[in-house]
Amino acid sequence: MASELMSNEIALLAIFLLSVFVGFEVVSKVSTTLHTPLMSGANAIHGVILVGAIVVADHANTNLELGLALAAVILATINMVGGFVVTDRMLQMFKGKPKVKKDAGDNK
Amino acid sequence: MSRNLYDLIGLAAGICFILALKGLSSPKSARRGNLIGALGATIATIIVFFYANDGKALNNQTLILAAIAFGVLVGVPAARKVQMTQMPQLVALFNGVGGGAAALVAIVEYLKLGDGATTAEVVATVFTVIVGCVSFSGSIITFMKLQELMTTRPVIFPFGRQVIALTLVGVLASGGWVISSGGSTPLLVNGLLSLLFGVLFVLPVGGADVPIVISLLNAFTGLTVAASGYVLQTTLLIVAGTLVGASGTILTRLMAEAMGRSLFGTLFGAFTAKAQASTGAVDARPVKSGSADDVAILLNYAQRVVIVPGFGLAVAQAQHTVRELADLLASKGVEVAYGIHPVAGRMPGHMNVLLAEANVPYEQLVEMEEINPTFPQTDVVLVVGANDVVNPAAKTTPGCPIYGMPILDVAQAANVIFLKRSMRPGFAGIENELLYEAKTTLLFGDAKDSLTKVVSALKAL
Repeated sequence: MASELMSNEIALLAIFLLSVFVGFEVVSKVSTTLHTPLMSGANAIHGVILVGAIVVADHANTNLELGLALAAVILATINMVGGFVVTDRMLQMFKGKPKVKKDAGDNK
Repeated sequence: MSRNLYDLIGLAAGICFILALKGLSSPKSARRGNLIGALGATIATIIVFFYANDGKALNNQTLILAAIAFGVLVGVPAARKVQMTQMPQLVALFNGVGGGAAALVAIVEYLKLGDGATTAEVVATVFTVIVGCVSFSGSIITFMKLQELMTTRPVIFPFGRQVIALTLVGVLASGGWVISSGGSTPLLVNGLLSLLFGVLFVLPVGGADVPIVISLLNAFTGLTVAASGYVLQTTLLIVAGTLVGASGTILTRLMAEAMGRSLFGTLFGAFTAKAQASTGAVDARPVKSGSADDVAILLNYAQRVVIVPGFGLAVAQAQHTVRELADLLASKGVEVAYGIHPVAGRMPGHMNVLLAEANVPYEQLVEMEEINPTFPQTDVVLVVGANDVVNPAAKTTPGCPIYGMPILDVAQAANVIFLKRSMRPGFAGIENELLYEAKTTLLFGDAKDSLTKVVSALKAL
C-alpha cells in the first residue's frame, strides 16, 4: 500500500506546505485592478468546504449534528455558488479592454 | 468509488483551483480562470456524493440536496442582483458564511468523534473553530460597516485595548481547555469568545483599512478550511484551503502596499488605535463654494478636464450621469479623462468596475502613474465624491493615517472642483487642506443631483 511508503500525517503535511508555496507563487504579481475579483474568486474557492459539510451531514449521528451539518451545507453553498457568480459579474465588466479595441463597438 | 479514484479526481479539482487563481491574476484570462475554479468546485461536490458513503446513497441525502438547493436559491440571486456599489460587502458576507460553515463542520466532526479524537484532531478543531468564528463575526461587522448599517469610522471604546487583549487571552485559554479536557461545553465557550473577538478585532478598523481586513479574513477562512480538511482527512480541502490562505495573505499584503499602509499596522490597529483628536471636527476656515452654473462655466471653457471619481460617485449611483457630462464636454471639444486611483472607492478596482458599467470607454480611464504628470497641463479637475485619494496630507503630514499613500496630484491643476455631500472629512477621517485653497471650488450636494444640475447648466450655455 502506498500509505506505508509515507505516513499519512507526513503526506498531509507535505501537501499543506507545497500548497502554501503554490499559493504564494501564483498571485505574486497582480495589477490593482484585479485585486477585488481575485479576492472574490479565492473567496469562492474556499466555498469548497461544502464537500466537508456534505461528508459530516452524511456521518451525523444525532439531530443536533445533522442540524449543524445542514446549516454548514447551506452556508457553504451560498459561499461557493454566490462567490463564483459574483466574481463572474465583476469580470464581465472588464471585457472590452483596451487591447481588444475592435470589440468596443460591439458592447451595445 | 475507491479511495484512490476519489483522491485522483480530487487532485484534478485541486489543479483547477490553482489554474483559477493563476487565471484570475491576469486581465485576459481572469474570466476563464473563475470558470475553471467553478468547474473544480462542481466536480468536487459531485464526486463526494459517490464516495462519502462507500458508493451507497448518502445518509440524509434528500436533506443535503434540499440544503444545497436552498443555498443556491439564496446565493445566486444575491450575487446577480447586487449593485456594483454593494459588491465589496457581498464578498465580505460570502466570506463570513464560508468561515461559519468551516467552523460548523469542525464542530460536528468533533461532537461525532467524542473521546475518540486524537490530540492533533482536537487541536485542528480548536483552530478551525477559533479562526472560523473570528472570520464569521468579523466579516459580518465589515459587511455592516460597508453597508453603512453602522458607523464607517473606527470604533474606539474605553479600555478597548485591554478588553481586546483579555478576550484574546480568553479565546486561547478556552482553546486550551477544550484540548485538555474535551467535551462540548468548553468548545461552546471557545466558539462564543471567538465570535466576540472577531467583533472586537474589526470594530476599531476604519477607513481604507476595511478592504484589507476583508482580504485578511478571506485568507483566514482559507486556513480554517484547510484545518477542517485535516480533521476530515480530505486532501482536497487541505489543498483548496491552503491555496486560498497563502494567496489571500499575499493579496492582503499587495493591497496594503497599494494603499501605502503597513500590514502590521492594520492587523494590530485594534491594539494601537488611538482616538484622533482632529477627526470629525469641522474646520471653521472659509471655503469657496459655487453653484452648478459656476462649475459649468469653468468646465465649458477648459481645454482639458480630468474627472476623479470616488466612493461618493458609487453611493449616488452617478456613473451614468458622469458619463453624460463627459460626453457633453467631449462634444464641445474639451479633452476629458478619468483619473483612477487604484484604491478609490471601497475596494481596489472599484471605480473601473463602476465606470465600465456605464460604458465609459476604457481609453478614458487613466491610471494614477500615467495621469499624475498631466495635471500641470490640466485646466479643471472635477473630483466627484473622492477625498482621501486626493488629499495632500498623504504627502505632507507625517503621522496622519494616510501618510505615505500615493495620491492623485490634483493640486497641480489650474482649478479643482469638489462635488461633496458636506464638509465632513473622507472615509479615513482626515481634514483635506486642498478644500481651503483659492483654486478650489466646492459644489455641495449628492453627486448625482449636482452632476445633473451641471449637465443642464452646460446645455444652457
